[in-house]
Amino acid sequence: MFLPASVMTPMVSAKNLVLVLTLGPLAGCFPPPAKPPSPPEPGALDALPPITIPDAPWRTMAPAVVPPATTPPVLIRGARLLIGDGTVIEKGHLLMRNSRIVSVGKGAGEAPDKATIIDATGKTLTPGLIDTHSHLGVYPTPHVNAHADGNEMTSPTTPDVRAIDGFWTQDPGIHRAIAGGVTTIQVLPGSGNLIGGRAVTLRLEPATRAQDMKMVGAPSGLKMACGENPKRIYGSRKIKPMSRMGNLSVQRSTFLQAKRLIAQWDAWRAKERQRQTKHARSKVDYQAKNIYRTEVRALCQDKRLPRFRCAQWEKSFAAQPLTKPPPLTPELPPARDIGLETLAGAIEGHILVHIHCYRSDDMANMMALADEMGFAIRSFHHGLEAYKIRRVLAERKISVSTWADWWGFKMEAYDGIPQNLALISNAGARAIVHSDSREGIRRLNQEAAKGMFAGRRMGIDIEEAEAIRWITENPAWALGIDERVGTLTKGKHADVVIWSGNPFSVYTKAERVFINGKKAYDASHPGPSWSDFEATP
Amino acid sequence: MSKILRRQLIQSGLLSIGLVTLAPGLSTAAPTRKKKKKKKKSERKPGKSATAILGATMWRGYAPPLNRSVVVFEEGEIVYVGTDRSMAGEARVIRAEGKILTAGFVDPLTQIGLTEVSLEASTRDDEHAVADPIRAAFRAADSYNPASSLVRIARREGLTSVGVVPTGGLVAGQSAWADLAGRTPTEAISHRSTAIHVRLHDGSAAPFGGSRGSAWLALRQLLDDTLSFRANRRAYRRRNLRELHASRLDHVAMLPVLDGELPLVIHVDRASDIMNALDLAKQYKLRIALASAAEAWKVRRAISKAKVPVIVYPFDEGPRSFAALGAREENAAMLHRAGVKVALSTGDSHDVRKLRQGAGNAIRAGLPRRAALAAVTDIPAQIFGVDSLYGTPKVGRRANLCLWTADPFELGSHAESLFIQGRKRSLKSRQTALYERYAK
Repeated sequence: MFLPASVMTPMVSAKNLVLVLTLGPLAGCFPPPAKPPSPPEPGALDALPPITIPDAPWRTMAPAVVPPATTPPVLIRGARLLIGDGTVIEKGHLLMRNSRIVSVGKGAGEAPDKATIIDATGKTLTPGLIDTHSHLGVYPTPHVNAHADGNEMTSPTTPDVRAIDGFWTQDPGIHRAIAGGVTTIQVLPGSGNLIGGRAVTLRLEPATRAQDMKMVGAPSGLKMACGENPKRIYGSRKIKPMSRMGNLSVQRSTFLQAKRLIAQWDAWRAKERQRQTKHARSKVDYQAKNIYRTEVRALCQDKRLPRFRCAQWEKSFAAQPLTKPPPLTPELPPARDIGLETLAGAIEGHILVHIHCYRSDDMANMMALADEMGFAIRSFHHGLEAYKIRRVLAERKISVSTWADWWGFKMEAYDGIPQNLALISNAGARAIVHSDSREGIRRLNQEAAKGMFAGRRMGIDIEEAEAIRWITENPAWALGIDERVGTLTKGKHADVVIWSGNPFSVYTKAERVFINGKKAYDASHPGPSWSDFEATP
Repeated sequence: MSKILRRQLIQSGLLSIGLVTLAPGLSTAAPTRKKKKKKKKSERKPGKSATAILGATMWRGYAPPLNRSVVVFEEGEIVYVGTDRSMAGEARVIRAEGKILTAGFVDPLTQIGLTEVSLEASTRDDEHAVADPIRAAFRAADSYNPASSLVRIARREGLTSVGVVPTGGLVAGQSAWADLAGRTPTEAISHRSTAIHVRLHDGSAAPFGGSRGSAWLALRQLLDDTLSFRANRRAYRRRNLRELHASRLDHVAMLPVLDGELPLVIHVDRASDIMNALDLAKQYKLRIALASAAEAWKVRRAISKAKVPVIVYPFDEGPRSFAALGAREENAAMLHRAGVKVALSTGDSHDVRKLRQGAGNAIRAGLPRRAALAAVTDIPAQIFGVDSLYGTPKVGRRANLCLWTADPFELGSHAESLFIQGRKRSLKSRQTALYERYAK
């Protein structure tokens, strides 16, 4: 096929390009056979160099992997093991080393060299407790105005703020939470706003920088709230929302903005791909044409092609001057908007959604909003009326983080009942005991016990092995970290609590707490509080 | 008329004590007649209207438990406590082998009957929220609603009575003592005025100048003025007395406090404030009790020496405020060891049911079990001057009893039957009703 250059498209096929490129040297080696080279041809694009378009920030949060730290082997023997996955080992052992659980099983287990052996006969072992709802650090003790850093109540939606930025690492409550057997917490912004901001999962290994306490690789949470708080706070300022109608309206319009941001990114990426592809093609096309012309001219110069053809070519080349395509001017992606990016991350499941919600109809409205906006709800927090819609929650795999028996402090908490946890659990939904309190966090085991016994008193059979999941495996799932913590399982982080007795007894204490295989608390040598605030002369 | 009224108000403390000795339903009988009748009753065997709880292990405050106990009560009053089964007479018998019997628990510092939904002002009557923070004449009893849903919810966890305490202000007002039963306030409230409450929290002195000294000054001024008022009643009536800062009724209400008849309960946390409270009590010869008292353990010897009882919040731990930097869960245990009479309270209303969990935690932190039991039965009754009727089961006391499935401080036990004023009370509540609706 031979066409005048004027009708040639600027396309060039990979096959032809290769042909053209190889023809060059060939032509130089042989004496005149005088077969004209084929001009570049339009065709497939497979040979274009790979084009990478930057992706939206919420999609590119690299999952970090933490290598195990070196910790000496510790073997705990003789204890009753509440594994956290619904099973129990009556008299078993647990070996941890290098910050991970190495083995768990029946019997005494084999002690490796230099292992510290702890006889825990008569005691109970559980995974480190996990609290999905803490305001430690952002509403620390002592309660002072200067440290109230948990609610950015300057606008009803502040998805751009992050709990970690308000976290005071010297909160004296941290030490006390560890003493209660808690090893991992989610710190959330408060519920003053409809969208409060990003929550963070922290390991309770005290550090001077909150960043060092962050559980590496744990997904962020998004704190949302429905019901009374936002409408009360903004309503009293005569700002939307003043009613539940306003709540939903603001939430819906905010999420629509996030959806628009997703669409903008998608559109920008599609356009950018098109633009870059076009540019790459024109570059390739230019190169191919350039090679072809050089080739033809070289043959003509060597007088190996008919002169009249050479003249024709030159004429057509002159008519179609070949200009090198200019470098691509960068086109900026959609403007950064940390808040909307957080919401977009929530819509696409990179950020887990936690909603403060009490009433069952409020929860139903939130589920409708989630469906409309395309996000999944990971956990309803407080959820005092979850028992009324527990089957729906089970079906939709939405966990419920709640208390054992708080109620009545506001209208939306008026229908709370102590059997909530048991009913949720019994319906097959994930029940979680959360604290939302510096006091409750020191007694999560007792709160789970109350929930279990309140159920039993009504004839709902809740086993201890199940109730322990409310403060271990289930919260781990809600925080998206269940593959790494939450049960006493080989390979997981060595977060282990040795309880003085049955953790469902009021008299039982956490005797020793290990985080990542390191002793974080020892009741026999509690030592001074880690907090600088409690430094005493 | 006003003279009579005034006298009644002055005597309100005494008068109410008189009233409660009446068995329910006999409110028209005079106190003297009642006493005679009581004597007769204990002489004869109980009749068919009596109830006898047989075989339970009775936990009795500081005293050792009584195995195979026999407790008989009639017309709301305990007529026999011991181990002699023949004392049951013709009484209706409740077999309680393997169960634990205690006096019904009491939380002395609640707003039960005064509040329904904390954030709904329209459902709250616990604070006399006028600008003046001196509100001694304000009586919680006047607002008490025996039909509140909180009553039955607390009852389900083994509570039979509560202290009903006003909030807010510096002098918040007068607390009442209520049984968690009864259709009318009269049936429920045994003592309309059990104490006057002073709240020395950060900011409670704001209207006077804001500092702690301002609060103590205002309190001293109130007491001084009340002394003047007492000494110069006639001059006051004739408007011949210097200006007094509080209202007349506030001074009238303070009179029994200055007479040492009515306790002044001082809600305070910081050790230095506790010492101030002890000094104030000494100076004005007041009968006081401390409440909250987070740092009481720091000055426990002084408290013990002054024979001042303390109402402790057993969940209090950690520096929640600058006034309570020393808050620790061993507070109750340490005070007890120092010889201080300790009562326990949740300091809450909706969460009153956590009282026994709180007591369990106090035990975990070192308080002996018997002291913990006394702390939720006998001691609160003593502090509020109602121990003739309330406390460890005793002949002549009101039959407010609870039968437990096991150790009442354990999370796994529960109240199995509960008696208030001698009548077995339902353990159903609005919450169990909600449960029934949705259990299917």
